[in-house]
Amino acid sequence: MAGKTLYDKLWDSHLVKDLDDGTSLLYIDLQYIHEVTSPQAFEGLRLAKRKAWRSGANLATPDHNVPTTLSERSRGVEGIIDPVSKIQVKSLDANCLEFEISEFTIDDPRHGIVHIIGPEQGRTLPGMTIVCGDSHTSTHGALGALAHGIGTSEVEHVLATQTLQQRKAKNMLVKVNGRLGTGITAKDMVLAIIGKIGTAGGTGYTIEFAGDAVQALSIEGRMTVCNMAIEAGARAGIVAVDDLTIEYLEGRPFAPKGEQWKQAVSAWRDLHSDADAEFDKVVELEGSEIEPQVSWGTSPEMVAPVNARVPDPQEVENASRRGNYQQALKYMGLEPNTPIQDIQLDRIFIGSCTNSRIEDLRAAAAVVKGRKVAKNIKQALVVPGSGLVKAQAEHEGLDKIFIEAGLEWREPGCSMCLAMNADQLGEGEHCASTSNRNFEGRQGFGGRTHLVSPAMAAAAAVSGHFVDVRTLDLN
Amino acid sequence: MKKFTQEKGIVIPLDRANVDTDYIIPKQFLKSIKRTGFGKNLFDEARYLDKGLPDEDCSDRPLNPDFVLNQARYQGGRILLARENFGCGSSREHAPWALDDYGIRCIIAPSFADIFFNNCFKNGILPIVLEEDIVDILFEETAANEGYELEIDLANQQILKPDGEVLAFDIEPSRKKVLLNGLDDISLTLQHADDIKAFESRWQQQSPWLFN
Ligand code: SF4
Repeated sequence: MAGKTLYDKLWDSHLVKDLDDGTSLLYIDLQYIHEVTSPQAFEGLRLAKRKAWRSGANLATPDHNVPTTLSERSRGVEGIIDPVSKIQVKSLDANCLEFEISEFTIDDPRHGIVHIIGPEQGRTLPGMTIVCGDSHTSTHGALGALAHGIGTSEVEHVLATQTLQQRKAKNMLVKVNGRLGTGITAKDMVLAIIGKIGTAGGTGYTIEFAGDAVQALSIEGRMTVCNMAIEAGARAGIVAVDDLTIEYLEGRPFAPKGEQWKQAVSAWRDLHSDADAEFDKVVELEGSEIEPQVSWGTSPEMVAPVNARVPDPQEVENASRRGNYQQALKYMGLEPNTPIQDIQLDRIFIGSCTNSRIEDLRAAAAVVKGRKVAKNIKQALVVPGSGLVKAQAEHEGLDKIFIEAGLEWREPGCSMCLAMNADQLGEGEHCASTSNRNFEGRQGFGGRTHLVSPAMAAAAAVSGHFVDVRTLDLN
Repeated sequence: MKKFTQEKGIVIPLDRANVDTDYIIPKQFLKSIKRTGFGKNLFDEARYLDKGLPDEDCSDRPLNPDFVLNQARYQGGRILLARENFGCGSSREHAPWALDDYGIRCIIAPSFADIFFNNCFKNGILPIVLEEDIVDILFEETAANEGYELEIDLANQQILKPDGEVLAFDIEPSRKKVLLNGLDDISLTLQHADDIKAFESRWQQQSPWLFN
């Protein structure tokens, strides 16, 4: 019999029972909760007079909807100007109180984007099953956990039963061999992967990311890669546990301590695919061939290397794909064959659960240091992923570097990643963004998003258009 | 939960691949803490020419005449015909809530994104996967015939076309049962409460650090 994949192991260890209809009941160790996809779930519990099965297996924080300016944030929840947003954040507070769920409220120093604070606090642990009413829950797979997004009905289901009815996905291995070149980041890697397999390439699979180039990434880099597994259609992305994973977790507030730590570490050592495990699909890339990536269209698979040109739909054979390209270029206001580096930008966004951790901010700061934001850039936002990332960045003086260069230094939250708050693109504006989605209107009505790494966004900020970050001298 | 048994209705063709949930219901409407009222903002950015705001009266907003939902022949449509990877992107259940609130009961496409597909069943909407060439034919026939209707029969897993042709479709038995009977998933799962408790105590013994 073939060995097990990491996904098989995580699945098997959480299987409560196989139901006779072909589905399975899977135990859920942890649920993250935020203000946007939970109110209707709590309301459902109330209507059915149900309690949380295990309230301690949940952690909540408001992130999607919160303002990021200091003037609003310094007054906590009362400072939120948008009345509808305020109600939503207050509802989360009230629901967490009522159902006895711990919450990092908006004024807690540990507050931030759910997918940033979980790993940062050591709440996300290897071998867990984790869900959240947010598709980027796949992020937590970077620590060897099985983590994926769910809808609101399932949020309610997990709250009430601590389980999910699931169908097992297939196994896909994405292997990135060799090494990434200098100046190439986890973000470029994952954009290149999505460019290769397409936004539906991973549908129905759990993707394990492996290979020397993946293992050489920091844990934060692995989070960036797993974060975007959903952009390749896979609900979950995972990376095997190794020394780096264990080093990352040791000493974090919620990580086990003492004897339990030892016991946990020995269990975690088995969290990798067996050498003879079989995958349903294997995709390989060469790390050395990956260049800085820039998305030019309205789907994350529409990416190109920074030194390339916007494609010409006329050269695309498949009719439906040609149509998609035409539609995308029309929305993006781009002519076929335009060099990517000629795309002029209006705004810059450095943030989101993909790229707002300390390493991301360091990479961006290294590029803008001693430089100034280009004149044509109307706004360049830096939004740290959590209160603790913000404090660390300030401790290292990164905030001063950003402000000196003309970028805005904000309070943590999702911000312009989905533009539910005041941080938005204007109609027709082009933005270099470190977030994960370039869908039509994602960052604001009529806004045009280009997905890039933090270093590339920073380079774009000081140049006013895309440039190959590898050509800039770093200070 | 809402039942789905049989449904006959006008087909609305949305000829666009990779329709994401941001497109189905833009984020500004996600501020609501209710499950209802999203229908008027379904496909908001494509449907109206201006930028929509939450809680706004949409009756005098300028409509985009080119968008399919605004064309007279598709008014009252209950079946959405779509292209591949429908519902990709965010996990927001507001997407099926908006479709449901508008009156869509069934979506036919060559493929769906996982989370969205799952969310449909939770709301009594039937997503049907058909081969791409069959979907192509349905698009052609919908375009050629005003008032084109399909009849969906879930119990028999059949789609009846106006020309009398019958198309079969697959559905997992458990999902079929839940839809046909309008069952509540949580109650169903709680029938296994003893198994869950037994698992939980075993798991706690084995991995005590997960229960601190
Ligand atoms: S940062 Fe963006 S992608 Fe991440 S959780 Fe927030 S809205 Fe979702």
